Amino acid sequence: MITLQYVITLAYYALTAGAAALLVYNFVKARSWEREVLYLIVLVPFLLRVFHLK
Amino acid sequence: MTRRDLTRKLLVAGLAVAFLAASGKSFYDHRHLREPVVLGPGVTRVTTLSEYNPTLRGTANDANIYILEGREPGGTVFVFGGTHAEEPAGRLAAWLLVEHATLERGRLIVALSANRSASTVTRPSAAYPATYTIPTAWGGQTFRMGDRFTNPLDQWPDPEVFIHYPSGQYLAYVDVRNLNRAFPGRPDGSLTERTTYAFMELIRREKADVAIDLHEAELQYPVINTIVTHQKGQELATMISMTLTDLEGFNIGTEFSPLNLHGLTHREIGDHSQAVSLLFEAPEPFLDATRGRTDAGVLLSGQDEFVVKAGKKGLLFAPIDDKGWPIALRVGRHTSSVAQTLDTWTEFNADRAVVARNIPRYAELVKHGVGHFLRDPRLAPQDRLAYE
Repeated sequence: MITLQYVITLAYYALTAGAAALLVYNFVKARSWEREVLYLIVLVPFLLRVFHLK
Repeated sequence: MTRRDLTRKLLVAGLAVAFLAASGKSFYDHRHLREPVVLGPGVTRVTTLSEYNPTLRGTANDANIYILEGREPGGTVFVFGGTHAEEPAGRLAAWLLVEHATLERGRLIVALSANRSASTVTRPSAAYPATYTIPTAWGGQTFRMGDRFTNPLDQWPDPEVFIHYPSGQYLAYVDVRNLNRAFPGRPDGSLTERTTYAFMELIRREKADVAIDLHEAELQYPVINTIVTHQKGQELATMISMTLTDLEGFNIGTEFSPLNLHGLTHREIGDHSQAVSLLFEAPEPFLDATRGRTDAGVLLSGQDEFVVKAGKKGLLFAPIDDKGWPIALRVGRHTSSVAQTLDTWTEFNADRAVVARNIPRYAELVKHGVGHFLRDPRLAPQDRLAYE
């Protein structure tokens, strides 16, 4: 069970990093400042988790 | 991309980085705040929990274990605070034991941060303060405010249902990270289970006669202002309760641990070791769902107008008025209860006596406050300092 939990945790961090990369990509491609702010606000909790801060 | 677009993106990104840095620093500082403990004259050795389960080495839960030994042999009492890190009176009471108690007979073993991981995070979305400061004559000491549960950074994911080991009892999913639902634990389980297993090993190997778990509870919870005892400790707890109520000026009841409610210290320590297990509950209005402002002031003063209003409507299991339940009263209840436990245990078991001196009592804490009893770490020699 613990091994499975470890694998799920790793997959979760990989997914979080992937979602963060997509948000950064969307930020770069965005044309309006409202969209850019939106993508970055959504990005912050993903980065906090990836960096093991929260 | 035009130059104007690039400038705008850089500005927006700069703001986001600033926001990320500020919030990230706040979380990092909370998780890594070092709390100094001045080792009192009674402390003869400090070890860590991984001595009793090596799999904890290097984890957030490799907590300090403080051992206070008397000159004469006797029994052993184990006291632990911080099982639920959002209940500061338990931690602070244990703190005062380490900084002040001296042993004449037997041993006192103390843990201040039983679930250290839980002390590095606060309840998500509950707007808890990250820290609180106890004022002292030398400035004040800051402590981490914590949560009831192990930090998800240290143990994740949660299952759909938590199946308690070894009973097989079904519990709420989040209780998989609740130290007081994960006893007696297992050596190769989750971080929380490995921690409880280490405590069980400590209790068994050190031949503890009594284990005392220090808690606080919301006033809307029926188990409050009481000693919860395993059936092995009914006579002991009843005598402690009667003596405290008679001599110390506060009321404390006795309740018996339900036989089929598993995972809690008062059940599992008694069932899986030689020790008598007791759990003390003091009132903490900060935890009540009806509270208003949720800040360090309310945490320490125990004053909240909405909890008082709930009391007037008969919704509480403990009394409260405008004076609230200040931290000094809550800590004093615990220190006096521990001191009385040692006295009563010794009275009943002369061959396993545990005789301690200089434990600050309830009346002293009410008179002087908690800060009066916290020692200034700047005045302590380095070899008499530890960090939580």
